[in-house]
Amino acid sequence: MKCSNLRLYIHYVSVIVRSTMQYKTSMLLMIMGQLLVSFSAFFGIYFMFQRFDSVKGYTYSEVLLCFAIVLLQFSLAEMFGRGFDLFDGIVRRGEFDRILVRPRNEILQVLGSRFEITRVGRMIQALMIFVYGILTSQVEWTFARILAVVFMLLGGCALFSGLFMIYATLCFFTLEGLEFMNVLTDGGREYGKYPIDVYGKRMLQFATVIIPYTLVQYYPLQYLLGRTESVFYIFLPLVAILFLIPCWLFWRFGVRRYKSSGS
Amino acid sequence: MITMEHVCKSYKVAKRNAGFGEACKALFHREYEEIRALNDVSFTIQDGEMVGYIGPNGAGKSSTIKILSGILTPDSGKCLVDGRVPWKNRIQHVGQIGVVFGQRTQLWWDVPVIDSFELLKDIYSISESTYRTNLDELTGLLNLGELLRTPARQLSLGQRMRCEIAASLLHSPRILFLDEPTIGLDAVSKLAVREFIKKQNEVHGTTVILTTHDMQDIEALTKRIILIGKGQILMDGTLEDIKQGNANIDETIAQLYRTYDI
Repeated sequence: MKCSNLRLYIHYVSVIVRSTMQYKTSMLLMIMGQLLVSFSAFFGIYFMFQRFDSVKGYTYSEVLLCFAIVLLQFSLAEMFGRGFDLFDGIVRRGEFDRILVRPRNEILQVLGSRFEITRVGRMIQALMIFVYGILTSQVEWTFARILAVVFMLLGGCALFSGLFMIYATLCFFTLEGLEFMNVLTDGGREYGKYPIDVYGKRMLQFATVIIPYTLVQYYPLQYLLGRTESVFYIFLPLVAILFLIPCWLFWRFGVRRYKSSGS
Repeated sequence: MITMEHVCKSYKVAKRNAGFGEACKALFHREYEEIRALNDVSFTIQDGEMVGYIGPNGAGKSSTIKILSGILTPDSGKCLVDGRVPWKNRIQHVGQIGVVFGQRTQLWWDVPVIDSFELLKDIYSISESTYRTNLDELTGLLNLGELLRTPARQLSLGQRMRCEIAASLLHSPRILFLDEPTIGLDAVSKLAVREFIKKQNEVHGTTVILTTHDMQDIEALTKRIILIGKGQILMDGTLEDIKQGNANIDETIAQLYRTYDI
């Protein structure tokens, strides 16, 4: 069953990529656009460090490392979880009815309905910054540190996907005023440029207890940058994956409601 | 076999008067009006039957179809389709039915139709041999041929509808729900679609439930008509039952709507 689901997902993706490739110029421009958009964010950090040597003890390249990882997390989530991100359209156009009359899991079908190949642009950008960050920061790369990065990517992708899922579920209840969710998704990405403790203690608490951004960013970063030796921090991003459970429950609740209200 | 017993379904619709002030008031206190979409609906449809489900706009046709196809959960009442409760075992249920929404497409817009079919093969886990047989048969009967290699967005409405119908029959469903399948089609396509549905029913014994506003569809396809209005079944009988003399079918139905005041 699991295997056939994966095959189906790959089939979905291949159809979507084929569709996107129908409009070659548009696709290339989108990829370029995505690449350039993130550059502006990079310049924000660059000019900041022209004036200051460090932000709350973090050096320029350390911040770049953090920024690149968060950007990668977000782009990955956006690439795979785009169906949830654009869910208001799916509900509005009645596509969700179609999903419900097909004998497959709803989440799989929503994920399979969109795949944003153009986000590759943003990922290339993130990778470039990441490599630059690695080269200039004095981080000594050990197996444990590489593991930490991989876990950060996994956990971060799960966290942002979970946020997209909450957004999607809200679409079952109302289709208006959902912009506020962008504070948590796009905002999470923008604020995530800097290690969260630069925003102060209150923010750190919020980002640990309410939405666990710190588990995929601040804490493992401490290990990555050699500020702590505790191996425990490597595995914290995996804990963030648990965030998907309440998101999933909320989603199920939403689907049940949709089925009883039909709108 | 499809049975519906005393099925009720109502929606809450937020209402407010026009104007900015009213809109602000609605922010804090919303007035809901309850709309009874289905009110004690009961009917039985045997295997292999072809039924025309008619009624004016907003009568409850789509709600019924949505309940039968497992999209919607009713407030009360019983409903069984081949022994399954549609909204409880959704995945098992929908594997056995086909649904065509005339106004919405299920084909992937930018890829050739055949790519959509291949994807449906995986979605419904259709075996290679069944898929081949069904595809060949549907291609022949619906005259799809070259259409299969055309992206869906470049098809005319009539061509697209033929592909839509084929798409919903690839997994050999036992029951087919058609929601206005001939809407907007030209005369030739209409006849082709009707002819095909008829054949599908005769050859495979597929149960067909058809909602439409086109009374010629009904005349050409179904013996039995279920008339629904304001959420209630008003009439369940044959076309002959309601026909008076030589009046044409549209007038007959219009007369019927007037009689029931719907």
